Amino acid sequence: MAIKDYIRQRYFPQMWCPGCGHGTILNALLRAVDELGLDKNSIVMTSGIGCSARISGYVDFHSLHTLHGRALAFATGVKLSKPELKLLVPMGDGDALAIGGNHFIHAARRNIDITAIIMNNRIYGMTGGQYSPLSGPGKKASTAPYTTIDNQFDVVNLSIAAGASFVARSTTYHVLECVDILKRAIQHKGFSVVEILSQCPTHYGRKNKEGDAVQMLEFQKKTTAKLGSKALENDPTLIPRGVFVDIDAPEYCEEYDKIMKRAMKETLQKEPLKNFGNQANQTCDMA
Amino acid sequence: MARLKLKEHLINRDWCKGCNICVHFCPKHVLELDSEEKVVAVRPEDCICCRLCELRCPDLAIEVITEQSDHDATSTSEDAVNTSEQDD
Ligand SMILES: Cc1ncc(C[n+]2csc(CCOP(=O)(O)OP(=O)(O)O)c2C)c(N)n1
Ligand code: SF4
Ligand code: SF4
Ligand code: SF4
Repeated sequence: MAIKDYIRQRYFPQMWCPGCGHGTILNALLRAVDELGLDKNSIVMTSGIGCSARISGYVDFHSLHTLHGRALAFATGVKLSKPELKLLVPMGDGDALAIGGNHFIHAARRNIDITAIIMNNRIYGMTGGQYSPLSGPGKKASTAPYTTIDNQFDVVNLSIAAGASFVARSTTYHVLECVDILKRAIQHKGFSVVEILSQCPTHYGRKNKEGDAVQMLEFQKKTTAKLGSKALENDPTLIPRGVFVDIDAPEYCEEYDKIMKRAMKETLQKEPLKNFGNQANQTCDMA
Repeated sequence: MARLKLKEHLINRDWCKGCNICVHFCPKHVLELDSEEKVVAVRPEDCICCRLCELRCPDLAIEVITEQSDHDATSTSEDAVNTSEQDD
């Protein structure tokens, strides 16, 4: 299918500022879905609130635009009731790791089959440029006119520690790499995290004198390097990109299914006449 | 792999926001912004069909149509990998 068949064209041109990296993430995601040949009706995208979260309005998948920080909670509900569907959850850095940080670590811990995409522009774009848990120290924000003092999370290390079974990082400059990683993440069974460094020229770029979108992309090119590359070996201060973890681990919905089956079998053995098994079966289908 | 041959750059002027990303990163300097800050292919004969402009555009406003494969057919970002100059 053409890329345009996966979007709701009536909402274009989209609302993001000129050169906003979130648009490139949408672009890369559409290519990944197209190249995997996924049926639109098999995909559910849930999102929270933020410039990033507006992405769910533009895709022609099933979509739920929910509450700030809660996209993963909604996705968990959808996935448990309809495990055959693919769940894509794009989130801003504030959405995913400030207000939504608790949902994030617990979704990772459960290893539920959801693809989480962190659209990391290191700032709250939508509400006017407040700093986020991913800004890092020494950055300017509307809430830090004299620069931030907070350390940032490392999304990759946090995700690994929390139990995600696929963890990767790329940038909006490295769009081919993004498509490739997103394809792998979507195909992975378990909780996959793809952090994509994005640019907010309007707030982060302007406040931190990083220039326009083009200059911010040049910065991503300069300050990151592929895992295993000579560049990274020579300069460990560069931000590593690539796939950090890709392991097989028990997936939450499958484990839940096993427990349900065991519970039904044992109940049936204990109380065969009440025919409780059938009832439980129905509840399970509707759950 | 057969070398892709350019048919045209399909530009959606209503969607293009003139961010300059495609212009700046085109390896062959094929693109420019016009007086209305919309992208135009000024040197289409130099285009190597790497598709990086199409893939990076935040607004889905530019498409590279090639002879062998127009937009609905087989061209993928993998074709772009094969011809691109994207570095580490
Ligand atoms: C419960 C709640 N608290 C706060 C807000 C205000 N709010 C809206 S978006 C946002 C942060 C957006 O930043 P981020 O998630 O990083 O996304 P971006 O806009 O940068 O893409 C905040 C704090 C809200 N909508 N709901
Ligand atoms: S404010 Fe920043 S994040 Fe929001 S659309 Fe504009 S550039 Fe993008
Ligand atoms: S990248 Fe897209 S929006 Fe930006 S100038 Fe090029 S065509 Fe226009
Ligand atoms: S396909 Fe490549 S060479 Fe051709 S205009 Fe786009 S970026 Fe430039």
